[in-house]
Amino acid sequence: MEEGSVGIVETKYLTFAKPPNELVLECGRPLGPITLAYETYGELNQAKNNAILIVHALSGDAHAAGYHHPGDKQPGWWDIMIGPGKAFDTRKYFVICSNVIGGCQGSTGPSSINPQTGRPYGLSFPIVTIRDWVNTQKVLIDHLGIEQLLGVAGGSSGGMQVLQWVVSYPDRVRLAIPIATTSKLSAQAIAFNEVGRQAIQSDPNWREGDYYGKMVPRRGLAIARMIGHITYLSERSMHQKFGRKLQDKTAYGYNFLTDFQVESYLRYKGDHFVKRFDANSYLYITKAMDYFDLTQVYGSLEEAFAGVQAKFLVISFSSDWLFPTYQAKEIVSALRRVHAYVIFTEIQTDYGHDAFLLESEQLSSLITNFLSHGWNQKA
Amino acid sequence: MAGWAEEVRLPETGAVVRLTPEHKLIIGLIEEGARVMDLGCGEGDLLLALKVLKKVRAEGIELSEACIQACVAKGLLSVQHGDLDEGLADYPDKSIDYVISTNTIQVLHRPMVLIREMARVGKRCIVSFPNFAHWPVRSQLFLKGCMPKTEKLPYEWYETLNIHLTTIADFRDFCRKAGLTVLREIPLRTSTSGKSAEVRLLPNLRADTAIFILEEAKPPSG
Repeated sequence: MEEGSVGIVETKYLTFAKPPNELVLECGRPLGPITLAYETYGELNQAKNNAILIVHALSGDAHAAGYHHPGDKQPGWWDIMIGPGKAFDTRKYFVICSNVIGGCQGSTGPSSINPQTGRPYGLSFPIVTIRDWVNTQKVLIDHLGIEQLLGVAGGSSGGMQVLQWVVSYPDRVRLAIPIATTSKLSAQAIAFNEVGRQAIQSDPNWREGDYYGKMVPRRGLAIARMIGHITYLSERSMHQKFGRKLQDKTAYGYNFLTDFQVESYLRYKGDHFVKRFDANSYLYITKAMDYFDLTQVYGSLEEAFAGVQAKFLVISFSSDWLFPTYQAKEIVSALRRVHAYVIFTEIQTDYGHDAFLLESEQLSSLITNFLSHGWNQKA
Repeated sequence: MAGWAEEVRLPETGAVVRLTPEHKLIIGLIEEGARVMDLGCGEGDLLLALKVLKKVRAEGIELSEACIQACVAKGLLSVQHGDLDEGLADYPDKSIDYVISTNTIQVLHRPMVLIREMARVGKRCIVSFPNFAHWPVRSQLFLKGCMPKTEKLPYEWYETLNIHLTTIADFRDFCRKAGLTVLREIPLRTSTSGKSAEVRLLPNLRADTAIFILEEAKPPSG
């Protein structure tokens, strides 16, 4: 099948929950107005039954596919999966992706202006949760006139949103694709998030989150990203990519400048991230991930899934140690107990947690077949 | 045992599946609309045939990632990538009408555990296996003194995955020890063309394959 790009795309915005009709968040605090940045690819059909919501992970955004302008070199974050002839085939499906609230890429977040003060929210922004993300996405879906999504798909914290969608709105999702995800973070994953947050908060430029218009806590955020990156790769893939190779030199420097390629890579990743991401958003989004726990809210995972109607394609990656396969199996096991239709597979790969973002024949053919058979098979 | 399967075109979709003689017999045993689980479902040929021909709710468990891919490509939407030696703990008692295992038990590390699990979860179980007491197997060991190799058991001893081979006589005995009632035994003589015939005389000697239909023995009443 010929694969193509969705071409030039435009980010759109939906604003709702205007005072006095603020949205009350899970933490109990109201938020409004709320703006969601979103993009769509493909055409919504007449029956409005071909819509797929893509939900992004920690550092993702609404720009999932295509390019923003003709000279744009960087396509959307899941461009390998979304487009004509790709897994999320935009010739068949209407694909939607929105930025989460608390983020910094067009949706309302800590760097947005608080209309009550005329200044950026900073830490006065309320804590948001995965459930809040899903509730705001549902407003967007309603706004687009879509009664039932054909699918919801996402990896990592995107996968958490997929799970929350089928639990919160069981009759609104036909096919669910949670990838490389969990129903609750492990202590180890929370620990890594906390180290990232501590790096940001201990940067003198952070100033309790009130740094907008001043020096930003770029060191702290860069370090947070470096730590994150280590957890997204596997030991083996890091070894294969970098080994002990030196960066632009043939012998050790016997100093604390960059010696190894892996150091250079992480610094590059950190510095690059700072240019496009807000440190406070990093705090809010990682916190939302930490709080996510379906068993805590519903008593057990089985209880959480008791009313699900969707069919599931659950995928894990063999070398993912941040969201290991056993966590996917917990989800699968609970879904089996409530008699849901579940496809589960662990894809063999060396690429670690990040594998869901990489080109993968297995991943795209699973999704392609699941969507097309799932669409054709009634009930 | 790909060589023993016959290509069959299914009605409606026109999909082609490869069915072994055991598969064809098993399809005949299953009622319309049943909930069926195939353990070690391979590329999903039996499940797809059952889904199309008998409108079953088809579920499968399979160890191979490539096979799961093939199942999903066939439109089987309830298949798990997993190790049968891990058991069926997620399934409640008697939640499946038929739990099927064709040509698989001999590769398991703990066949007793799995077959008992099958009988717990399934209202009925269908188990098929190659009969190690089939006369060509016996004669190779007896006359040549060599580890038997047949069309059904083609592997050298050092590379075979068949670690728990059994015979019809042994399996009957096993069922008694495992607390299982044998509802029916179907000893078969199969051919490479995919045909089969039930063996009535001296089945443990003359059948190369056997299908057993089992259920959990009822506890004595009163």
